[in-house]
Amino acid sequence: MKLNLKIWRQKNSSSPGKMVDYKVDGIDKDMSFLEMIDVLNQQLIDGGEEPVAFDHDCREGICGMCSMYINGQPHGPWEKTTTCQLHMRAFNEGDTVYIEPWRAKSFPIIKDLVVDRTAFDRIQQAGGYISVNTGNAVDANSIPIEKELADQAMDAATCIGCGACVAACKNSSAMLFVSAKVSHLALLPQGQPERKDRVLNMMNKMDEEGFGACSNTEACEAACPKGISVFNIARVNREFISSSAFVKKKDS
Amino acid sequence: MRWLTSFLTSSAGRKVLMSLTGLFLCSFLIAHMSGNLSLLLSDGGQAFNEYAKFMTTFPLIKVLSIGTYVVIILHIVQGILLALKNRNSRPDKYVSKASGKGSTWASRNMALLGIIILVFLIIHLKSFWYQVKFGHIPTVNYGGGEIKDLYTIVVTAFKNPLYVGFYLVSLAALAFHLVHGFQSAFQSLGIRHTKYTPIIKFAGYAFAILVPLGFAIQPLYILMFK
Repeated sequence: MKLNLKIWRQKNSSSPGKMVDYKVDGIDKDMSFLEMIDVLNQQLIDGGEEPVAFDHDCREGICGMCSMYINGQPHGPWEKTTTCQLHMRAFNEGDTVYIEPWRAKSFPIIKDLVVDRTAFDRIQQAGGYISVNTGNAVDANSIPIEKELADQAMDAATCIGCGACVAACKNSSAMLFVSAKVSHLALLPQGQPERKDRVLNMMNKMDEEGFGACSNTEACEAACPKGISVFNIARVNREFISSSAFVKKKDS
Repeated sequence: MRWLTSFLTSSAGRKVLMSLTGLFLCSFLIAHMSGNLSLLLSDGGQAFNEYAKFMTTFPLIKVLSIGTYVVIILHIVQGILLALKNRNSRPDKYVSKASGKGSTWASRNMALLGIIILVFLIIHLKSFWYQVKFGHIPTVNYGGGEIKDLYTIVVTAFKNPLYVGFYLVSLAALAFHLVHGFQSAFQSLGIRHTKYTPIIKFAGYAFAILVPLGFAIQPLYILMFK
């Protein structure tokens, strides 16, 4: 399969970038999208050019590193699929494929298709944790948890923090990410002690990092490779409103 | 009170303000539309003029109308601030066109729809509200003293096809604004559940169709049959 690629090339965070045209040949339909980029990069290296920098790690859809905006969609055309799990059978002979990095003020471009997503780490550090005593691991089912709640918490916990929600959102809002992280812990008994502070601190951090507000377009849910539901956004709004009104703080 | 200022300046808190003001304005639309239906009566405008007099003089309504002005201004100012903040969150745009998958056109264009409604509101207030408050308009007497004849002003305005056309375009914008806004308001307030969200969505669609339709009947009726 032959493809025409239009890829964003940018030397570093301070220099301007532009779309550059490339042609690749000999692409097998069973290759993954990243393997197709590998083929292109080998071609560039052989020709003495700088290969395209892109993020990847596990290449099995669970690490959340790969991040390409392909033909106007984060992670490309397949539903609930990361870029590494997108296969070339999604494309046809002679297709033109646009490949861009995530674009958001809070995700500055480092080089080519690589963006700095440490804003997500800082949001997590602001409250996405629970306090547990060290020592022996607690017996797995020592605290009974209602099946429905456990399922909802697990669904929220499948968020891999890839940033596709921010990339898809017209406002670059991080609400789906934050709502998944808050929901995952707010639904479980282990998350109760820090529940109110968690949502306040994570939401404040989200605003501080410069992400946009949520317009409820629900484009994030459609782009999410893990299918995180916007029901979580309603939950985080609920948690945020009640915690803002009822949390006990001396200085407020 | 620091919690309140930090709540109202947070992005989620601003959305709560947009929801509450938006839902209040929905109730205003129902009241306004029901009053307008009196334009359809064949009584030479008596019911409509008496309704207009009641709305401009009854003390409780006067208080409520000041509240409505405040709410409208809050909704507009907060909407503009949010739209600017959101634009600013992506200074460098994508080169390729966004697929828009999973989202409706209305949800992506609430600010544009809001601006159309704002332009309408300014022209609408100029043609009717300003005339009643500060303009010199004819009066009529139905036996209870001289009252302002807003009916004649309205009928004159609605006999102009251009004005009616502009009115209908604005109502279409209102319909799309409501299609997204009504259900989005509940989401921003955290009210969502598999049990009752389908009811909210249905009510939102019904509201977004019926209310603008209720506003469109009078200008069309006057344009065609008066």
